Amino acid sequence: MAEIKIKKGINLNLKGAITDTAITNTSCKNFAITPDDFTGVVPRLDVKEGDKVDAGSTIYHDKSHPEVKVTSPIAGNVKAIVRGERRKIEAIIIEADGSDRARTFDVKSAARDTLLESGLWCAMRQRPYDIVPDPNVKPRDIFITAFDSAPLAPDFALLLKDKEKYLQKGIEVLATLTDGDVYLGCRPEWIPEVKGCIVNTFAGPHPAGNAGVQIANAKPVNKGETVWTLDAVTAARIGELFSTGKVPFDTIVAITGESVRNPHYTRCTMGCSIASLTGNEIGNPDNCRIVSGNLLTGSHVAADGYLRFPYRQLSAITEVRNPADFLGWASLSPKRFSIYHSFTRWLLGRGKPATPDAKINGGERAIIMSGEYDRMLPMDILGEYLIKAIIAFDIDKMEQLGIYEIAPEDFALCEFADTSKLPLQKIIREGLDKLYKEMN
Amino acid sequence: MKGLRNYLNRIKPNFMPGGKYSKLQSVFEGFESFLFTPNTTSASGVSIHDSNDTKRTMTVVIVSLIPCLLFGIYNIGYQHYLAIGNASAGFWEMFLYGFVALLPTIVVSYAVGLGIEFIGAQIRHHEIQEGFLVTGLLIPLICPINTPLWMIAVATAFAVIFAKEIFGGTGMNIFNVALITRAFLFFAYPAKMSGDAAFVATEPILGLGQGKVVDAFSGATPLGQIATATTADPQITNIVGDPVSTLDAFIGLIPGSVGETSTLCILIGALVLLFTGTASWKIMLSVFAGGLFMGFIAHTFPSATYPASSLSPIDQICLGGFAFAAVFMATDPVTGARTETGKYIYGFLIGVLAILIRVYNSGYPEGAMLAVLLMNAFAPLIDYFVVQSNIKRRLKRAKTNN
Repeated sequence: MAEIKIKKGINLNLKGAITDTAITNTSCKNFAITPDDFTGVVPRLDVKEGDKVDAGSTIYHDKSHPEVKVTSPIAGNVKAIVRGERRKIEAIIIEADGSDRARTFDVKSAARDTLLESGLWCAMRQRPYDIVPDPNVKPRDIFITAFDSAPLAPDFALLLKDKEKYLQKGIEVLATLTDGDVYLGCRPEWIPEVKGCIVNTFAGPHPAGNAGVQIANAKPVNKGETVWTLDAVTAARIGELFSTGKVPFDTIVAITGESVRNPHYTRCTMGCSIASLTGNEIGNPDNCRIVSGNLLTGSHVAADGYLRFPYRQLSAITEVRNPADFLGWASLSPKRFSIYHSFTRWLLGRGKPATPDAKINGGERAIIMSGEYDRMLPMDILGEYLIKAIIAFDIDKMEQLGIYEIAPEDFALCEFADTSKLPLQKIIREGLDKLYKEMN
Repeated sequence: MKGLRNYLNRIKPNFMPGGKYSKLQSVFEGFESFLFTPNTTSASGVSIHDSNDTKRTMTVVIVSLIPCLLFGIYNIGYQHYLAIGNASAGFWEMFLYGFVALLPTIVVSYAVGLGIEFIGAQIRHHEIQEGFLVTGLLIPLICPINTPLWMIAVATAFAVIFAKEIFGGTGMNIFNVALITRAFLFFAYPAKMSGDAAFVATEPILGLGQGKVVDAFSGATPLGQIATATTADPQITNIVGDPVSTLDAFIGLIPGSVGETSTLCILIGALVLLFTGTASWKIMLSVFAGGLFMGFIAHTFPSATYPASSLSPIDQICLGGFAFAAVFMATDPVTGARTETGKYIYGFLIGVLAILIRVYNSGYPEGAMLAVLLMNAFAPLIDYFVVQSNIKRRLKRAKTNN
């Protein structure tokens, strides 16, 4: 066990945190699978509209690795297949029929095959490229993150309450899939009692909970190596699958953010509709941004959209608070949210939760200020140089500067703090995709 | 403010492609985003952004320059009234004289620079960027007060076009634009940029400051006096022959380029920059460390051949443009070293070189400008080595693992 202190980064204190840990129940009629959530899987549908599916039935498989499957979270009928430009599948909508038909998986066969068949495989990611793991590559190590340090993120101790036995089982199953070690990255305050893995504790601000940061500070990824990453909730689901034969598709979601009247936890099923989760909890529905996930890495979803992977948080904030913001750059108001001392927010101290809106607050510029990314990136990576290499798509430089170690989420905080307002996560995602095509 | 917002919304179509004034689109959008923070929200990526943007960053730098600006204005008047033998003139009289003397330079610098930026932005259909807001104020502060306006205009135009726009505009330049302006003036019109006549405004302006220059007057700056000294330990005097102490040089009531004389005001500006995190403390600290280090070496081995070696290290950083360069020029993030380790090396070498040039090159009584420009050229090389060490570390790690 190693105790690691993360110094770089910052915890954003935002309004809309959950104070009451009671868990409500949410029921819902329509559910959706969003293929964009499973980066690296090119969907080939196994169902058509009107088909009857069980919880755990295959909905689609990957084009190049047919054994990689995405499964239905609920029993019902395929209601619609939503397609976008160039017939890209945007969502597969399943209408629940109220029955509890669920597929039972053979847990006696090889763990790899069961994981692939159950769809839980797609809840893991691999480095390099931050994509669903290639089933033909054995990982060097497997990294499990047991806390989420993102703004307003749910408490893993609560998500995993009474599930430690499944987490233990999950770790045992995962250990059979690698010749290396299974690592569990925890907060010093909450260390699950599990065996058979290397437990590291991470103190310090966000992004300490990111898999990339934990890997970089424990055993960094080198060129040619592959590691898997997943969160402890997924590991517990894997354990439950191998204990009961069924995939637990239920999930606890934190409904957070300044626009939510009563931030709370709710229990629901993966991919449920946003409307069912928010109900009439949103105070300003006409001027509200709903994000599935946290405000740094989550996906912007419509009010009639669906919960997206990793199915554990929903954030809602005001879209534009002040449409005529006169001389905003000159503002002396401490209400204006900034982590820099050039605004007066610091006068209020760290204790006062902020209520930022979704505005970018400025125009896109060349990278002018130096060192801004470094302060937010607790990895031995020169962020600015890597970003420039990706923009120029200089493969040699990207490799040399550590492209294989990062995921877009690692740069989310940099993107938040960037005075040049560059879309860093998008730059990295596109760079990784392009690199993957180039190398495979 | 709703009314103004609505008015802008109403006239906006005229400036969009196809509109009557579409040639002014960049200018319109520049002013619009200046008046009202754009309402753009992110489509992908993070949903919240820090309020800090380049406009704010540049504003902070301008705020940090205000003490130097105000003191510089007063000092122009003070030196003038001292020169005409009327040192007892009132504060506001001196300030007003200085203001009237400096204002045209500021106006010309901004008008020429921003004019070129506006045209450049429109040609490339870019947003107007904020970089020149700072440069436009730096230029009047680092030039002698007697620089003719047309020279300011020519030099600013040269610097903005050839040091910045051709490299791609704000954030892309290799050399500090304000220093290129200064260097252009220095090498193109050396007679006007140095010597006794450049640094003290002696003529009355708009009827202000009437009077005849006293007989004992000599407008040479302290460093100018030392460069031309013939004795081993020259005495520095002010423009009417009274001795100048280190404290005088620190406070700044000495002749010199407008904003550079007061080390005190520069340090106030430095505090603003450091507190807001706008400038790198690593660069600032290491420039001063380098200057003191080289000043100490020079002072330890004084030589009559190099009269500036007689100055104590503290005098070295209080006199001339050293402190101004350390705080406002070396810390320009675009032209300086960008890696954290590189910043120490970059800053230290600027400090060393500035004093080295000052002391051992009698052709240049002041070395800070040249030192920063030289290190601007070397900053990418310093960064290259820092980046290479990161790369080597990564390769080594891969080898030991396998």
